[in-house]
Amino acid sequence: MDNSIIEIRQLRKDYHVGEVVVHALRGVDLQIKEGEFVAIMGMSGSGKSTMLNILGCLDQPTAGDYFLDGTNVNSMNRDELARLRNRKLGFVFQAYNLLPRTTALENVELPLFYNPRMKSKERLERAVLALEAVGLKERMGHMPNQLSGGQQQRVAIARSLVNDPVLILADEPTGNLDTRTSVEIMELFQSLNDKGRTIVFVTHEPDIAKFATRNVMFRDGRIQRENMVTDRLIASDVLLTLPVENIEEFEN
Amino acid sequence: MNIKNLLKIAVRALVRNKLRAILTMLGIIIGVASVIAMLAIGEGSKKNIQDEMSSMGTNLIMIMPNMQMRGGVSLGASSSMALKMSDVETLRNEAVYLSAVSPQVSASGQVIYGNQNTQTTVHGVSEEYLDIRKLEIGSGRIFSSSEVRGMSKVCILGTTVVENLFGEGADPVGVTIRIKNLPFEVIGVLEDKGESGMGQDQDDLILAPYTTVQRRLAAIDYINGIYASAVSEEKSTAAADEVTEILRRTHKLKESDEDDFRIMSQSELLETVSSITDIMTYLLGAIAGISLLVGGIGIMNIMFVSVTERTREIGLRMSIGGRSRDILRQFLVESIIMSILGGALGVVFGYLIATAAGTLMGSPVVVTTQSVILAFAVCFVIGVFFGWYPARKAANLNPIDALRYE
Ligand SMILES: Nc1ncnc2c1ncn2[C@@H]1O[C@H](COP(=O)(O)OP(=O)(O)OP(=O)(O)O)[C@@H](O)[C@H]1O
Ligand SMILES: [Mg+2]
Repeated sequence: MDNSIIEIRQLRKDYHVGEVVVHALRGVDLQIKEGEFVAIMGMSGSGKSTMLNILGCLDQPTAGDYFLDGTNVNSMNRDELARLRNRKLGFVFQAYNLLPRTTALENVELPLFYNPRMKSKERLERAVLALEAVGLKERMGHMPNQLSGGQQQRVAIARSLVNDPVLILADEPTGNLDTRTSVEIMELFQSLNDKGRTIVFVTHEPDIAKFATRNVMFRDGRIQRENMVTDRLIASDVLLTLPVENIEEFEN
Repeated sequence: MNIKNLLKIAVRALVRNKLRAILTMLGIIIGVASVIAMLAIGEGSKKNIQDEMSSMGTNLIMIMPNMQMRGGVSLGASSSMALKMSDVETLRNEAVYLSAVSPQVSASGQVIYGNQNTQTTVHGVSEEYLDIRKLEIGSGRIFSSSEVRGMSKVCILGTTVVENLFGEGADPVGVTIRIKNLPFEVIGVLEDKGESGMGQDQDDLILAPYTTVQRRLAAIDYINGIYASAVSEEKSTAAADEVTEILRRTHKLKESDEDDFRIMSQSELLETVSSITDIMTYLLGAIAGISLLVGGIGIMNIMFVSVTERTREIGLRMSIGGRSRDILRQFLVESIIMSILGGALGVVFGYLIATAAGTLMGSPVVVTTQSVILAFAVCFVIGVFFGWYPARKAANLNPIDALRYE
């Protein structure tokens, strides 16, 4: 209990669309400990994204409590939430959400601009390091439209890492990627997780969920079941078995 | 967020959307430039006319016979003969507010020198006339009082007449020309005066002693008008009143009679003219105001449209830790930069347009500080407000709602 980084109780989220009320979350209880690597699975529309957005403090629940790192998020005001997102959280969107016409480096730097203590030298160093960590250091001058989908996703991941967050949340980070690139992303997540970062991500693919330490299954706005992954895959090993099919690797 | 970061973010956002920034600035540039140009042209022509007027002498008082119509019937010759040389003498002797008085008798006709001829007006005046009208002798001399008394056939030419008879730049002093077939010796040439504010050529004239013109050219015993100088500009109203009193008395007008003369003082004329030019400035100002409005609406539209476009950007910035106030400050700084840049360019363009228009119209333009400040301030306020205001709505959304905005 004392080392749990996420604790939610009876979390509900309703959407009002005209007369209709959509119950996206119908009372979710979940506890995630520091250093866990959790994959959230479930059918489309089961409330995974809704859940993750609330965990990322991008959205407010209709009811229920959410403790992040021991503090009750519901009691925080907008500015405090912004500060929390800036210092403790890293969010990876399924749609990347990179700023267009902005270089990879500037995209990755962005969160650090909202940290007043960050000197411009350190900001640059950290952004380069984050890009290096995702293997895109040579591409830092490229615009999003000059990068492949996988590369854009990796830039988005670099952006979520750059502020050294305690918790990384990723909504279908491999949704648009081929198998090998997906496993590469998992390798990156696993190495981050090994360094102690807590990671929660959403995926539809059971194979990808096996890289996590725990799986949580959603159904109709509730947790259907949870299980620890017994046959956990190690991404760096899996990569060795996969053929090198990435065209880019041939070019290099 | 510190100022350095804020500036960097805002400048990057502007550079990223150059076209949008340029379009927004264009609205500001057009607004500012048109206001400045319009007001400069208005102000310039006003000043032009005023200068013209005061170069004619602000102390000037003109007394003309009152050729009024009564019931549509002209009172004819009798009224146009109301002023006599004796009136000039009386005014010289009695009026304390007048410093100089000259009669004026006009005759127009053909002037011939050699095989050249021209049509012009000969003004018969006394030697004080040049001082009263602020005319300067360019070369030669003015006629003397003995030449006036002796009805001498001497004359002073305006530069247009010199040009027409002798060619540009010639010095005809000492030459004899024929005015209405009478030989006149040219004793002087007037300084160039140029066109009047009304576009009249002020150099197309000949001056001669009034005695000569009255007897030999016009053959009349009355005079066409009296030109006088008030002792000072402030006294010109008092002088006009005094002249009215003296002339009514000497013309033996009864209480019920209307004046048989008309007094125009230069300062009075100046007021009329400036009220006309004021109207012109207001009109130009109104046109400029409309362009300002159009520019403003342009700015407004682009800002509104771009914020819709940028709501996702706002959502992203909030989701990575930007506070609402950081977002708003960014938009504020962006629009301040655009407004200042656009405003400065607008001032430059406005100045250039005004100068170009001035050269084309041949009149000076006056770019006043007020017009610059006014135009700049209005566009600045519009630009900054509409840069900031639409962003406010987006910055108050949940990050996820802003990100999902379509
Ligand atoms: N902004 C919204 N307004 C109204 N209803 C919404 C909104 N967002 C989500 N929903 C509804 O909430 C439910 C859960 O949506 P959510 O996006 O969490 O599903 P998901 O599990 O992420 O599905 P997918 O796997 O397809 O991404 C759905 O029925 C959806 O229609
Ligand atoms: Mg989803």
